[in-house]
Amino acid sequence: MGMTMAEKIIAAAAGKESCKAGDIETVTLDRLMSNDGTTHLTIDMYNKLKNQRIADVDKLVWIIDHNIPADSPKTAASHKKMRDFAREHGITFYEGEGVCHQVMMEKHVRPGELIFGADSHTCAYGALGAFGTGVGCTDYLYAMVTGTSWLLVPETIRFNLHGALKEGVYARDLILTIIGRISANGANYKAMEFAGDGLKGLSIADRISICNLCVEAGAKTALMEVDDVALDYLKAHGREPKAIFKSDDDAVFSEVFDIDLSEIEPIVAKPHFVDNIVPVSECEGTKIDEAFLGSCNNGRIEDLRVGAAVIKGKHVADKVRFLVVPASREVYKQALQEGLLDIFMNAGAMVMNPNCSVCWGACQGVIGEGETLISTGTRNFKGRAGHKDSFVYLASAATVTASAIRGYITSADKV
Amino acid sequence: MSKIWKLDNDIDTDIILPTEYLAFETVQEMKPYAFSPLRPELAAQIQPGDMIVAGNNFGCGSSREQAPEVVKALGISCIVAKSFARIFFRNAINNGLLLIEQPDLYDEVNEGDEAEVIPGKEIIVNGKSYPIASLPENLTEILEAGGLVKAMRKRNGLD
Amino acid sequence: MGHTLVEKIIGNKVGHEVKPGDIVTVDVDWCMIDDIMVPFAVQKFEEMGFKKVAKPDGVVLIYDHFLPATQVDDSRHFRVGDEFAEKYGLKNVHRTDGICHQLMTEAGYVKPGDIAFGTDSHTVTYGCVGAFSTGIGYTEMAGILGTGQLWIKVPETIKVEIEGTLHGNVTSKDIILRIIGDLTASGATYQAIEFTGSTVDAMSVASRMTMSNMSVEAGAKCGLFAPDEKTCDYCKIPYDDSIKALHADNDAQYSKILRYKAEDFKPVCACPSLVDNIKPVKELKGTKVDQVFIGSCTNGRLEDLRAAATILKGKHVAPFVKLIVTPASRKIYREALADGTLEILSDAGAIITTPGCGLCCGRGGGILSDDEVVVATNNRNFLGRMGTSKVQIYLASPVTAAATAIAGEIVEG
Repeated sequence: MGMTMAEKIIAAAAGKESCKAGDIETVTLDRLMSNDGTTHLTIDMYNKLKNQRIADVDKLVWIIDHNIPADSPKTAASHKKMRDFAREHGITFYEGEGVCHQVMMEKHVRPGELIFGADSHTCAYGALGAFGTGVGCTDYLYAMVTGTSWLLVPETIRFNLHGALKEGVYARDLILTIIGRISANGANYKAMEFAGDGLKGLSIADRISICNLCVEAGAKTALMEVDDVALDYLKAHGREPKAIFKSDDDAVFSEVFDIDLSEIEPIVAKPHFVDNIVPVSECEGTKIDEAFLGSCNNGRIEDLRVGAAVIKGKHVADKVRFLVVPASREVYKQALQEGLLDIFMNAGAMVMNPNCSVCWGACQGVIGEGETLISTGTRNFKGRAGHKDSFVYLASAATVTASAIRGYITSADKV
Repeated sequence: MSKIWKLDNDIDTDIILPTEYLAFETVQEMKPYAFSPLRPELAAQIQPGDMIVAGNNFGCGSSREQAPEVVKALGISCIVAKSFARIFFRNAINNGLLLIEQPDLYDEVNEGDEAEVIPGKEIIVNGKSYPIASLPENLTEILEAGGLVKAMRKRNGLD
Repeated sequence: MGHTLVEKIIGNKVGHEVKPGDIVTVDVDWCMIDDIMVPFAVQKFEEMGFKKVAKPDGVVLIYDHFLPATQVDDSRHFRVGDEFAEKYGLKNVHRTDGICHQLMTEAGYVKPGDIAFGTDSHTVTYGCVGAFSTGIGYTEMAGILGTGQLWIKVPETIKVEIEGTLHGNVTSKDIILRIIGDLTASGATYQAIEFTGSTVDAMSVASRMTMSNMSVEAGAKCGLFAPDEKTCDYCKIPYDDSIKALHADNDAQYSKILRYKAEDFKPVCACPSLVDNIKPVKELKGTKVDQVFIGSCTNGRLEDLRAAATILKGKHVAPFVKLIVTPASRKIYREALADGTLEILSDAGAIITTPGCGLCCGRGGGILSDDEVVVATNNRNFLGRMGTSKVQIYLASPVTAAATAIAGEIVEG
C-alpha cells in the first residue's frame, strides 16, 4: 500500500521502511527550534534535570523574535536567560534577525526533515517539504535531551489545487477560505497536504503563508510537494534537500478536496475566530484604529510589494496607525533596496524592526479597549492583539493596506 | 509633629515614580510604586503627615508631575531639602505640596526623628531650630489657593 | 548694562528690559504636549473651567513615548488627545512622526526668539535655535492652554565659551557631558546656559541640539545658542537684522563663565547612575556591554546615525551584543534610508526600530534586566530608567556607542 508524504518523512525519521496513519513511532528529530515565547521555561525545567545533557547541540536553533526589543524587565530577564544558556552551550542563536519561522526557512529548513518547534506555526516548514510541528516545552525538552520523541502518524487530508488565483486574490485568501470551509478543528491531529497543478503558480511566500496557517484548522503539520520553485529557493539560500518525498499514487488520504483557485475571492476572518470567514464586502466600512502588515504569515518581500503597490502615492488615514513589519533582516534589506520601506514611510506607515509584535499582542503596536485592528497576522482570538475588549480582523496584505488608507475595512480595488 | 523619612542627594523623578507607572489613570493607582527603584517598601511605610528630608537637587530629571502628585497622595506634608530641581519645584507648588529649602537639616537629623514645621519661620527637630525662608508672593498665592487648578477655577469664576 | 541672550528673548517678548530675578508674565508662542501627559493636561484644563484654548494654533500634540504602544492602556492617551484636538480646534497633531523635541523645530514650529513650554523636561532642546524653551508640569500647561500665558522668573546665565577644533572622535555629546560633570547635576539649577565660541559656531544645528537638550541635566532652565545663518537655513527663515540682534551684549552679566579649549575634550561617558558621574572612555576600557542604544532626542539625528555608520561599515556587532538604533523622526528615518545609512547599520547587525522615544523613556525599545550593561546615546542614566534598578547605564556619544557595539566592551571610537 502506498504512503503519504507525512508517513514517508516519519518512517525515515524512525529508521523504518514504512509506517501508516495511527502508528506511534519513535523518531529522531532533524532540528529543534525554540523562541522567546517559552524557551526560558524550557531552561528552568532543564536546570532541574538530574542528568543534564543535550543530545545534539547542532540541531538546536534558538530565536528571540516575539518581544524584540524587550518591552519589560520580565521579558528582558527571559531573553537574558536564553542568551546566556545559548552562549554557554554553543546553541545556534538569533536575536532580532526576524520571526523564527522566516529565519528557519531562510537559513535552516531542508526538504524531508522532521522538525519540532516550540511554536504552533512550525507547520510553515511544509512549504519546503519538511514535516514541522509545534510542541510544548516538555516535549521540546525531551527531544533536546534525547534527540528523539514519539509521534502519532497523522492521517492526511489532501488538497489538490487547480488553476490560478485571480488578480487581487492572494494565498492568504485561499488558506483562510479553506479553514472557513473545514472549520477551526477540521484537520485536528492531521496533516494537510497540498499538491496539484495549481501549486506551480504559488511562490515560496505564498506556500509558507498557506502551510503556516494550517494549524488554525488544527493540523499537526502541513506539507507541499517539492518542485523547482522550492528547489530554487533552497539553492538561492545555499542549501540542499535532505530527501524529497512525494505521496504515492495509491496513498490513503482521509479526505481529498479539489480546489479551483480561480474561484477564491478576497476574504476577511472576523473576530474572534480564524474560521469566521466572510467576503471583504461584508465588512466594508468597519472603522479601524490600527493596521498590521507583517508576521510569519505575511511579512515577506512579496507581501510588502503588494502593500507598497497599493499605498504608493497615497497616505495612511489620519488617525490610523499602520505598522509594517518585515519578517526578517533579509526581507528588511530587500525591501529597503527596492524602495518599499521609503514608500511606506512616506505614506505615513510605521516601519518596524523584524519581530512578531502585533501578531501576538505584545512588545509593539498593542491595541487598547474597544479598538479594532486589521491584520495579516495569524490569529484573531479575543484579546490576541491587546485589550480583552478589542477586535481583530484577518485579511491579505492588499486588503490590510487598503483599509489603512481609508481608515475602514475595504478592498484594494476601492482605493 | 511629623516623622522624617530621609533620602539622599539627586533623588530623580524616575526614582520618585518610574515611567512604567506614569500612564495609570489615577494617582491612587500609582501610589504603591513611589520610590520603588530605590526603596520599594517605602511607599507602604509612609503615613499621612510624615515628611521627607533630602539632600541636593531633589526631583531632578523629568517634568512628570505625577512625581509631586504621588508624594502628596502618600500624605507627605512637606519636603525639606538642601535644594530642589526647578520643574519639580514648580510642579509641587502647583499641586499644593509644600517644599522648603534648608541647608543644615539634612546633615543633622536621622530617619525616624520627629519634626515640627512652622511655615515661613522654622523647623524644630530634637530641640534645635532650623530657620526657613518664606516663598515669593506669587507662589504663596498658588499654595494658599490649594494649587494652580483651584487658583484658575477662582480666576474663571467657578469657586 | 548689557543683557544676556535669555534676558533679550524675554525682554523682547514682554516689551521692556528685564534682569535676573524679575518675575514676568509672558505670552507663550508654543505649547508642546506629549502623549504621556495629554490626558493629565486635558483633565486639569477641564477642572480649571476653561471653555476654550487661548491659542489653538500654538499648541502641538505629539505622540512619541507610547509609540509603538507596549501596554493596553497606551492608546487611551492617543484617543484623549484626538478628542481634545477635535473639540478645541487644534490642528497640529503628530501621531506617528517621531520624537516631540525633534519635531518642534524640524517641522517648522519653534523659531529663534520664540518662547515655548512643553510637558517634558527636554523641552530645553529648542535653545539650539535661540528660543527660550523649558519643561513644565501638566497643571501649568493646562493654565497656558487656557490663558496663553505663564509667569517666569528671569534666570541668571552661565556662559560657556569653547574655542578651537575638536578631535575627530569627540562630539558635542562629549562636550555637554563634560560640562554637566563640571557643573554637577544641580550646578545650573534655575539658571540659563549660553553656549558660545568658535567651536560651537562651527557646529551643526543638530550638534547644538544635543547640548541644549542635555542642559536640563545640569538643572538648567534653558540652554541657548545665538542664532546664526545655519540656524536660519534650518528654520527656513531669512538671516535678517532681528535675528542678528539675538545675541548677548559684550557687557552682559553672567553668574559664572566656563572657558574650554576644544582640543582638551575627550570621549567620555556618564557612568551609573548619575548624569554628572563623568569618566573618560579610556578609563572604562574593558567594561563588557550587553546592549548599545543609538537614538533619542539627544542623539537620534542623521549626523548621529551617519557617525555610527561610518564606524560600523563593513563590520559587525559583537556576538551576543544587541545594537538598537531608533531614528528620532520619520524625516530622519527617510533620509537615512535614502543615503544608505540604515542599510549599513542593518548589515552590521543593528536592530532598527521605528522613530519614537524608544528605550530612552523606558517603556519598550530594548528594556534590560538585572546586571546587564548598556551604552546609550540618550540623556539619562537614572536608576531603573531602562529596566530594573540593577541595570548599569552608561551615556555616550554615537561614535563611542558604535565602536563599543563592535568591541562588545566600552572603547573609544
